[in-house]
Amino acid sequence: MNKNAFLFFLCIYPFLWCIPADSSELPVRVGSKKFTENVLVGEITTLRLRQEGVPAIHRKQLGGTRVLWSALLNGDIDVYPEYTGTITHEILAGKGLEEENDIKKALSQLGIRMKRPFGFNNTYAIGMKRKTAQRLGITKISDLKKFPELKFGFTNEFMYRQDGWPNLQMHYQLPQKDVRGLDHDLAYRGIDEESIHVMDLYSTDAEIEYYELVTLKDDLHAFPDYNAVLLYREDIADRWPEAVKIMSQLEGKIPESKMIQMNVQAKINKVPEKQVAASFLAKEFGVHSDVYIESITKRIFQRTCEHLFLVIISLSGAIILSIPLGIAAAKAQRIGQGILGVVGIIQTIPSLALLVFMIPLLGIGGPPAIMALFLYSLLPIVRNTYTGIRSIPSDMIETAQALGLSPFARLRLVELPLASRSILAGIKTSAVINVGFATLGALIGSGGYGQPILTGIRLDDMGLILQGAIPAAVMAIMVQGFFDLAERYFVSKGLRIEAEKQ
Amino acid sequence: MSQQDYHVPDHIFKLSGVSKAYGETHAVRSVNLSIPKGLTTVLIGPSGCGKSTTLRLMIGLLQPDEGTVLFEGNEITRANILQLRQHMGYVIQNGGLFPHLTARENITLMAHYLGWEKSRINLRLQELVDLSQFPNDGLERYPVQLSGGQQQRVALMRALMLDPNVLLLDEPLGALDPIIRSGLQNILREIFYKLRKSVVLVTHDIGEAGFLGDQIVLMRGGNIVQKGTIKELIHSPAGPFVTNFINSQNSLQEVLQEEYE
Repeated sequence: MNKNAFLFFLCIYPFLWCIPADSSELPVRVGSKKFTENVLVGEITTLRLRQEGVPAIHRKQLGGTRVLWSALLNGDIDVYPEYTGTITHEILAGKGLEEENDIKKALSQLGIRMKRPFGFNNTYAIGMKRKTAQRLGITKISDLKKFPELKFGFTNEFMYRQDGWPNLQMHYQLPQKDVRGLDHDLAYRGIDEESIHVMDLYSTDAEIEYYELVTLKDDLHAFPDYNAVLLYREDIADRWPEAVKIMSQLEGKIPESKMIQMNVQAKINKVPEKQVAASFLAKEFGVHSDVYIESITKRIFQRTCEHLFLVIISLSGAIILSIPLGIAAAKAQRIGQGILGVVGIIQTIPSLALLVFMIPLLGIGGPPAIMALFLYSLLPIVRNTYTGIRSIPSDMIETAQALGLSPFARLRLVELPLASRSILAGIKTSAVINVGFATLGALIGSGGYGQPILTGIRLDDMGLILQGAIPAAVMAIMVQGFFDLAERYFVSKGLRIEAEKQ
Repeated sequence: MSQQDYHVPDHIFKLSGVSKAYGETHAVRSVNLSIPKGLTTVLIGPSGCGKSTTLRLMIGLLQPDEGTVLFEGNEITRANILQLRQHMGYVIQNGGLFPHLTARENITLMAHYLGWEKSRINLRLQELVDLSQFPNDGLERYPVQLSGGQQQRVALMRALMLDPNVLLLDEPLGALDPIIRSGLQNILREIFYKLRKSVVLVTHDIGEAGFLGDQIVLMRGGNIVQKGTIKELIHSPAGPFVTNFINSQNSLQEVLQEEYE
């Protein structure tokens, strides 16, 4: 097999077994944000659609509001659970919309529809130990005014958000002086040990029950409502008219107590989310569905395919572009500094920011992740191609000239082979970085080993985190080994002997 | 067309009023020089005298600031240089072998590039191996696995592969130890004699110049001081510099002794 055929085969190899069979009719694509409650609602919606015969897939834990909202607008997903407060305060911020009808109107101008609320309100809430609250007779936030000695511990975000503590303090004229910012998980522990007495919560947090807390009634309405609703694309009705009706069945079906219970099931009791969703639907609609949970080997295999796909496509693209760029940089000094400067700057963009920049351009899933990985892979290869060629001794270049080789033949027969070691080292560096960085792709729905890592972090499940982290580390080591072997193939034996002697 | 175009020149190179400067430093000043066909011309002189620059002007690695360089009657230009170089063989001090290619691949690189047939390549290679007394099993070795003397013989074979009209050698033996050096001098003289090639050799060693050169060009500060046979340089020097230069090196005595024996 010649070198080119070998490279080509390498490039298409992952496609052969990774690409899913093409479906003639696109299923309903349900998205969800990367926290457990949203994933659960996503699972429930997906499963309910399937129970009624509408094919649906769940692209879960895609990221934050920005990612989901742009994915919905771009048509990468068809529906996802959102909160009314987020719609008015973030998505349609600055328009001063409060009335449900006005919100609906504004959304429909964008081709988006909103279902009626599920029934739970996941707003900011103020919580206390149940025992303490009972002892002091506190049931609502305005009761706190009578106890200026209570210690408050809030997340840093809540401390400084306009609709957080500043708003709360003003609204209720709270007199407390001992107010500190701290990590949410530490706050739970702090309140358990009574080093703080009052903390901020999300009203459906699983931990409320676990730590025996009560949420105080927001009697003066300081916090906006965060009613959970489904946002969906109007055009879904063209493909699956019955889907809209099925989603309506879920309206009002999940009161706050139920949501908290399900959060506890998933987060504290570690019941698989699909299972939690299935039991909910069995109870509500009397339909039992078998929850098929893939075997761990199949799952890892699938993740490996996705991960390899990301790495191989982005790296191949980077190699194809970077080597000519590196050559151009080495040959033309002035352009060279420009090229090295630009690829250097790309490298300084924080990885998460680069991923998010790609969403408006390329949507969610594989393409934006591949593009970001591709951009990150450029610098090591361009730089090593550049230095590899620049460090060829001048007498080699002159000898090649004196033989009568044309500039192109010189490049092909002399300069590139002499720089091959350096170029390959650059590719190896890119590949190893790429394998690690590709785990972040899961944040925007590109799958891969990042998927179990994200879920693991969300559910505080070390086993799941390792299911992603260990294969990723193994893959990085194997990639390294692969390129060490490739050196035997691409770097002349003469150069290798020379290197060993030095 | 002028009459000159029909005239077959008896010189392989003709330099007319050639000057070359590197910034402020004048390496070669208004040099006029003809290199006769079929003979060995040696360019010699102390470091910085312009001998290497003159050689590099001939193979077009440098372009003259002033004057013209003719190769077989054609002016060397950027347009024809690649073509003309295929009729010149060039060897530098450390051989300039490509480390990523075996001896065989180094020697046959240009022949492959020009699309010679395999049988023709092998035939020519065998001729050269015999001529330079190079061990056959050394052909599959990489430069790093060869001794200095072997490397220079490979470089010479590479220069001769296309059967060029002229050989240009820039201190080809400069980096070798004395014993190997004198052995290779003998091989070189034998090859020059057998092939009757035009040769331009740059050296700083007057003994080597006397041993190999039919014509010796002594340079100093970018100018030609004297041109002639070694005997002419010794017996009718153009000035005290010539005598001093010759006497400062004792290697000549051995050569002359050999000559008279």
